[in-house]
Amino acid sequence: MFDAPRKLIEVSGLKIHFPIHGGFLRRRVGQVKAVDGVSFDIVEGETLGLVGESGCGKSTCGRALLRLYDLTEGSIRIDGKEIGDADHATLRRIRPKMQMVFQDPQASLNPRMTLSRIIGEPLDEHTNLGRKEKLARIYELMDAVGLNRSFANRYPHEFSGGQRQRIGIARAIALNPSFIVCDEPIAALDVSIQAQVVNLLEDLQEKFDLTYLFISHDLSMVRHIADRVAVMYLGRVVELTTRDRLYTQPLHPYTEALLSSVPEPDPSLATLRDRVILQGDVPSPANPPRGCNFSTRCPRVMDICHRLDPQSKEVAPGHFVACHLHDPRINEIASEVAAEQEAHQEHPTRRET
Amino acid sequence: MPDGAVPVLDVRDLKTVFLTRSGEVHAVNSVSFDLSPGELLGVVGESGSGKSVTMMSLIGLLPSPPAQVRGGSAIFDGADLLKIPEKQLRRIRGPRIGFVFQDPMTSLNPVFDVGFQIMEPLRKHMGMNKTQARRRAQELLELVGIPDAGRRLNDFPHQFSGGMRQRVMIAIALACDPDVLIADEPTTALDVTIQAQILDLMKRLRDQLGMAVIWITHDLGVIAGIADRVIVMYGGQVVEQAPVKELFGNPQHPYTRALLETVPSVTGDRAPRLRVIEGQPPILSATPAACSFRARCGHAFGRCYVENPQRMPAGSGHDVACFWDPATGEPRDV
Repeated sequence: MFDAPRKLIEVSGLKIHFPIHGGFLRRRVGQVKAVDGVSFDIVEGETLGLVGESGCGKSTCGRALLRLYDLTEGSIRIDGKEIGDADHATLRRIRPKMQMVFQDPQASLNPRMTLSRIIGEPLDEHTNLGRKEKLARIYELMDAVGLNRSFANRYPHEFSGGQRQRIGIARAIALNPSFIVCDEPIAALDVSIQAQVVNLLEDLQEKFDLTYLFISHDLSMVRHIADRVAVMYLGRVVELTTRDRLYTQPLHPYTEALLSSVPEPDPSLATLRDRVILQGDVPSPANPPRGCNFSTRCPRVMDICHRLDPQSKEVAPGHFVACHLHDPRINEIASEVAAEQEAHQEHPTRRET
Repeated sequence: MPDGAVPVLDVRDLKTVFLTRSGEVHAVNSVSFDLSPGELLGVVGESGSGKSVTMMSLIGLLPSPPAQVRGGSAIFDGADLLKIPEKQLRRIRGPRIGFVFQDPMTSLNPVFDVGFQIMEPLRKHMGMNKTQARRRAQELLELVGIPDAGRRLNDFPHQFSGGMRQRVMIAIALACDPDVLIADEPTTALDVTIQAQILDLMKRLRDQLGMAVIWITHDLGVIAGIADRVIVMYGGQVVEQAPVKELFGNPQHPYTRALLETVPSVTGDRAPRLRVIEGQPPILSATPAACSFRARCGHAFGRCYVENPQRMPAGSGHDVACFWDPATGEPRDV
């Protein structure tokens, strides 16, 4: 990449915390740290895969990028424009450029609207097309996603899951967006239909120069579609690198475990493979462990991991990992931390800030 | 299946029909398979292929109406599960044929603690008293790898995570030491790292307890790692049956072959473009008079449109319901 690719999305220090209300007066008793300090860029025309287990904050992160949530902290820039604190009117002007494809095509389509009204709705909201022009545009979109024009007056329940997802995609591309967040777009579909939708997304990307954030828990599909991949665990991006590096030389122990958990569709390889099976469950994001978030399940956990939260470091060009194992200064830091704790024990009155 | 072994379950020509307002739906059409003691049989297919309905028909768990088992037999321990009276079936369903469903939240009762729910079959079917049942329940929770089992017996389902709940479901299914365990997509609702734990657990339990397992899934990767033998279902029929290595190494049916090619992997070469099975699964409004895969098949020829292929042998322990032979690229000589 010599002609310095343009950054379309720049996220830095993004935090989304949801309050927990409890008790008799429904007072705020805590917070769920769904996204807790996430930074990454997406360059124009690429697909960034965002993977992780349920509850790791990947969907929240995707929705926050479109400002569907108010940020707790951090900044999001789209095409150089800060939208983290943008007001409603500004957002409305920007929104046509950024769209979303949802997981459940059944729930994200209004059952009482016909296909042409569903696809036409964004056109009504954001353009001044006449009736004929609008219909022409709707037909054009239906052609683009491979829906027969004669379906225009049918309702969502008359379609199969794969076709419904095509409707959702047509709606998302109606306003010529440059950026689309695909939030588990294939999770609800059958295997043979998944491939159809993924191929369609790839075709559209090429045709309309789209940039994708592809959120999924399906690591094999992400390997197929993404150019770079970010791995999330409990509100943090623990590793971010190019697809090939991530799948061939993962550095973070969580990425390693995640990859080795994926069932191998080849029985001769499946029995040979040395699998890392993680113990236990993901901790609650309302009460994350001290130190590294992954320290409770990490097979290579060290003493320092329970004390100090690892920061994301660029260990090779474009390869970021947040793990003490890959921090060259780790011995230094470990002794510093140990010395500090000793000092604490000598002066028990001193409080940690 | 080793030659000469008596199958623990032998299903022949099972037909199940749903009577709906818009007509009949032939969900299961002449499904036959057998299950050897201690064997892990994988059943693969997409939604609507009839894999769950087949198993539910066997143990009489389909509400009737609308469901109607129209024919066939399912021999378990000398008795035909499809013909014996409900009272007798109840003594088999649960204690001798256990099952684990996809969603552990909806299959556990939220108002009782899990201890009660594991003890229920023990007291009902095994005639244990409360103390014995509780001791056994704790053993079962330990067996499925739940830490601090004794205390966890008093917890309610909502206090467990998804993976732990599925372990509880497995403990309940194993309570009476069944001969057959039917697991219907037990890991589909779980995350991959938790799925890996459950798959590992199932393999260990099967080896330890020696029961036969029917594992229903749509995930070929899961099947590859766990099954001994696989049946592939499409449109309410078994289209291919083979030992797991044979199926993945030498798939015969165009549907199986396409399915294997559409699934990307995390290792190996990365295809620039995914292969696609065009079209939609069939709507089963009548007993098929032709091959139900013909419309999506790249090899369909004249005969496929007028005759429904029956399962024919294709190697050792391998059979396939298809007129086309991938080895020659020509129609089979049958």
